[in-house]
Amino acid sequence: MPILFKLTKMIESQIEAFLNEVSVSALEFRKALACYLKDDNEGFMQRLQSVTESERKADALRLEIEKQLYMRTLIPENRGDVLAILENTDDIIDTIKDTLMEFSVECPQIPTDLDDSYLELAEASMQSVEWLIKAIRAFFKEFYLVNELLHKVIYYEKEADKLAVMLKRKIFQKDLDLSCKIHLRYFTFHVERISDASESVADRLAIYAIKREI
Amino acid sequence: MIFLFLSSGLFLGWSLGANDAANIFGTAVGTKMVRFKTAALIASVFVIIGAYLSGAGAAHTLGELGAINELAGSFTVAIAAAFTVTLMTRLKLPVSTSQAVVGAIIGWNLFSGFAIDYAALTKIVSTWIVCPILAAIFAALLYKLSKILLPKLNIHLLRMDAYTRVALIVVGAFGAYSLGANNIANVMGMFIHSVPFQDIQLSQVLTVSTAEQLFILGGLAISVGIFTYSRRVMNTVGKDLFRLSPITAFIVVLSHSLVLYIFASEGLRNWLVANNLPPIPLVPVSSSQAVIGAILGIALVKGGKNIRFGVLGKIASGWVTTPVIAGIVSVFFLFIMQNVFDQAVYRSAENVVWEQKHNSNEIVDISCVSKTILYEEVYGDLAILKNAELKKK
Repeated sequence: MPILFKLTKMIESQIEAFLNEVSVSALEFRKALACYLKDDNEGFMQRLQSVTESERKADALRLEIEKQLYMRTLIPENRGDVLAILENTDDIIDTIKDTLMEFSVECPQIPTDLDDSYLELAEASMQSVEWLIKAIRAFFKEFYLVNELLHKVIYYEKEADKLAVMLKRKIFQKDLDLSCKIHLRYFTFHVERISDASESVADRLAIYAIKREI
Repeated sequence: MIFLFLSSGLFLGWSLGANDAANIFGTAVGTKMVRFKTAALIASVFVIIGAYLSGAGAAHTLGELGAINELAGSFTVAIAAAFTVTLMTRLKLPVSTSQAVVGAIIGWNLFSGFAIDYAALTKIVSTWIVCPILAAIFAALLYKLSKILLPKLNIHLLRMDAYTRVALIVVGAFGAYSLGANNIANVMGMFIHSVPFQDIQLSQVLTVSTAEQLFILGGLAISVGIFTYSRRVMNTVGKDLFRLSPITAFIVVLSHSLVLYIFASEGLRNWLVANNLPPIPLVPVSSSQAVIGAILGIALVKGGKNIRFGVLGKIASGWVTTPVIAGIVSVFFLFIMQNVFDQAVYRSAENVVWEQKHNSNEIVDISCVSKTILYEEVYGDLAILKNAELKKK
């Protein structure tokens, strides 16, 4: 029995570490985008490096947690749900990294007057991720709070949708080449996509929280 | 020869172990919260302890209903009960070993001419009705309590899983103890007055009585049933029949165990009597019906959706059909045993007294000796006297 409790404690801390990595990535994304918009290439690359490192750590942690849950047949009733949450949350950090990587590869030319719109969109997207992380933490410890927190995830996802539409309108009203407009729209879509990934996990989490009730 | 006659009781024990252990560890093993080997070991050990330490109460009540005094009679009654359980299971009718045993004993009473103690019978039958209701009340209360308490404790899902595993093992041990204490009477109760075992003096303070020897044997038979056949039943119960969450399973097993314990514990009964409270009858009850009662209790608290009330009707019908069928089968088997195999299946009370006194070369004049004293000398139990007197009336 002491071995079981020791193992349980270890996996608990691994899950916490995993969620921390996702949360850190969301924070780094905001900073990275700010650096990119300020043409601070060095700062941007540092943030990208940090997100890449977080993504690698999160992958390793997720695999280790999955292995332990299966090998020790822990939480048989909720194992599938927990694994789905971890895998889908891992997709969010992947999306964050991919988006930054695309900024670094394609270097879109963002007009200065759109900087704030991009930052606002990034903020809404990252807020949805952060509230999702809080909801996931609650799922493990205070599942009765999950719905309240998911409400915020949905709110910020809708907010990101609205901001993305506004931004796209602004882009296409500008006197730019069509190729440039499409390129900018593509990056708008990528930033917005992060909040969509959060919403997708939130939808599942709402069901899993109901299942957690006795 | 004794063990041949005991075989029917041992078979009942095996069947009890194979089926009823699943009521205790079904969900835990089915959901892989507890390994089968761990569950089987704990269940076996605690069934034997429960049977040895607390089996006497419920067995005594069965003795009140009918103290079978010939080994062939005991054998036949047990085989009639086992046959009834098998037959009704095959016909997919709800059946309980406890109810089959009571019906078979009544069959013996009818066959042997001993009067039925209706007071004891009423006590037993009313307990069958109370058992699932009480289990439902316990489960509903425990469920409500856990709904209030658990969210306040803010326990991590994984830690909760570890606590639940420990809780399932502890409550499983208690369930096995209660099962042994309550249901051993079904397995060995009918042999207590007929088996020619002698008390075994292990030390100056420890003597293993005839009943205790039988209970240990019965407990071992239950253990064999658990180890040899309960795995499949546990998996079926845990995965298909009652798909419960581990915490709900804990509540169900605890409610079931409390009910079985209440109807088996002489200590609790004595405490109630000492405090001028009404005593609880010590009666073997149906473990499966206690589990169904507990599940229904939780379902009712949850709003009563998806309850199949037909199940309740089936249980209630089993209270009548099982003893009636077992009684008829018992009379038929006793007739066969007596007339085809030429085995004595009962002795009249007068014969017993005479034989005992004759063997000790005493001159017996029954007319001038208090019958009560004579019967007590022979049986150490007033059950047969009671039967004889009831018959006279």
